[in-house]
Amino acid sequence: MAKKDMEKIEGLGIVETKYYNMPDGEEFLLESGLKISTLKIAYETYGELNDDKTNAVLICHSLSGDAHVAGYHQGDKKPGWWDDMIGPGKAFDTDKYFVVCSNVIGGCKGSSGPNSIAPETGKPYGLGFPIVSIKDMVEAQRKLLSFFGIEKLLSVCGGSMGGMQALQWAVSYPDEVLSCIPIATTYKHSAQQIAFDEVGRQAIMTDPTWQGGDYYEKEQPSAGLAVARMIGHITYMSNESMEDKFGRALKKEELGYEFTTEFEVEGYLRYRGDSFVKRFDANSYLYITKAMDYFDLQQDKKLHQAFKGIKTRFLVIAFSSDWLYPPSQSKDLVKAFKMNGIDVTYCEISSDYGHDAFLLEFNEETKLVKHFIEKTYKRVKK
Amino acid sequence: MISRPKEELRLDHKIIGDMVEGGSMVLDMGCGDGDLLEYLAEKKDVAGSGVEISEDAIYRCVEKGLSVSHGDIDSGLTEYPDKLFDYIIFNQTMQQVHKPKEAILEALRIGKKVIIGFPNFCYIRARFQIFFGGHVPITRSLPYSWYDTPNFHSLATKDFSMFCKREGITVEKSVFLSGNGIVKFLPNLFALNAIFQISKK
Repeated sequence: MAKKDMEKIEGLGIVETKYYNMPDGEEFLLESGLKISTLKIAYETYGELNDDKTNAVLICHSLSGDAHVAGYHQGDKKPGWWDDMIGPGKAFDTDKYFVVCSNVIGGCKGSSGPNSIAPETGKPYGLGFPIVSIKDMVEAQRKLLSFFGIEKLLSVCGGSMGGMQALQWAVSYPDEVLSCIPIATTYKHSAQQIAFDEVGRQAIMTDPTWQGGDYYEKEQPSAGLAVARMIGHITYMSNESMEDKFGRALKKEELGYEFTTEFEVEGYLRYRGDSFVKRFDANSYLYITKAMDYFDLQQDKKLHQAFKGIKTRFLVIAFSSDWLYPPSQSKDLVKAFKMNGIDVTYCEISSDYGHDAFLLEFNEETKLVKHFIEKTYKRVKK
Repeated sequence: MISRPKEELRLDHKIIGDMVEGGSMVLDMGCGDGDLLEYLAEKKDVAGSGVEISEDAIYRCVEKGLSVSHGDIDSGLTEYPDKLFDYIIFNQTMQQVHKPKEAILEALRIGKKVIIGFPNFCYIRARFQIFFGGHVPITRSLPYSWYDTPNFHSLATKDFSMFCKREGITVEKSVFLSGNGIVKFLPNLFALNAIFQISKK
């Protein structure tokens, strides 16, 4: 049997995305004060929820992620985006825990977002969809969890924007979160992080096919979205990893002295941009990056004041070469936790992969996450 | 962390364990693989956490269920509020701290008591090696040559006592160890290692 097939059997095997619909008559109130009357949440679950509902773990995805975090969809060759971490015997051990992952509100992977049909008009919302925040994403997840009857999370974990949601969970609902694992993330978007997001948004909004977000019956602003993704990818990699992967390698044998894709790194970015356009909605990209830019747990306080009274245990993980969400931001977070006497473990994993490391350095992450959750779970069972 | 014979480490741990009150809150600076913290958690029901510079050691600590923070000792103390901990422990790590005086005073600020274990540089065999051998001493507690030692600072039990006096630090307890056990007679001469418990009003 091929190695890949073996893994399939050892892992979660075939999984599928399911959908939660908010009951008729209910409204979902957003942080901006606006409401939506229909809310759909795409989600996947793995493992079994125990009788006293104490083994639930929520995984939060990053900007371009979705609910399909592990296992294989029927007919797919690639597993979910963090399959190395989730499954029987893995860091998030599905033999022990009930793992939930849902697509964020504002997304385009099955949850309500700008490409959903607005009940008022019968057409896609476009920019008519209300602006969402990280807090709104958390509220939507909480609605889904209450549908399962889960009142307390054993753990909430996420990398990048997923880490922001994890932190928001602990701040908004400290009594409902026993442990929190923010990875390669921050407590507030810095000027530089906002700046990169804005360049991505401008690339989309200046694409003539964007049409003020009203493009669903025509064509998607592919060129703009592809450029946004290219910029994103540069920030996800480190200088070392780009140098290592491409250096100055050329696509042809020699320079052509023309404005074509000559360097390997150009080809790679173009490929990344083009393939992203096929699976992502440009308006969602605007909404989600905006949500990240609004994210600020500190506000005008001292950072440690943002975490007063929290009893949640934390495992904070950063990566040495991540310059998008650098270890210094994680260290600030850890310092603020310590000032509050919060139980925290911090590790800066040495890696050349830049921000992408949170998806790639799963061996090291497993060493930390597996034991950290086990310890938390032991306390619950006592 | 310095590797040394296991029995000797256990004697260290036992002595520190005897100093620490049960159920207290402890911060171990330079906790290594977390053996001492694990021992204190098991024997004395201590709520412990550690600071450690080695990434591999962090993994081993987490495996033991310990809460640890990845970083260096010199910068790992400032973030805590006054007297948050019952004990701050520097076991075999003070000689590797860049600024020991600052670290000790900062530890006395965030901890009610500080426990420091260090190798005694003026151990009798070390003195013989300098006097007759004419080289920097290599002993069981200081097993390194000048070019590969992790130790920035060499100190003797007498140096430490004098430092405490000068800084107005109270020495509450002191225990001296040789290879075979506890040393009572002329410790500055016969002790390989020393463990002090200090405090400051």
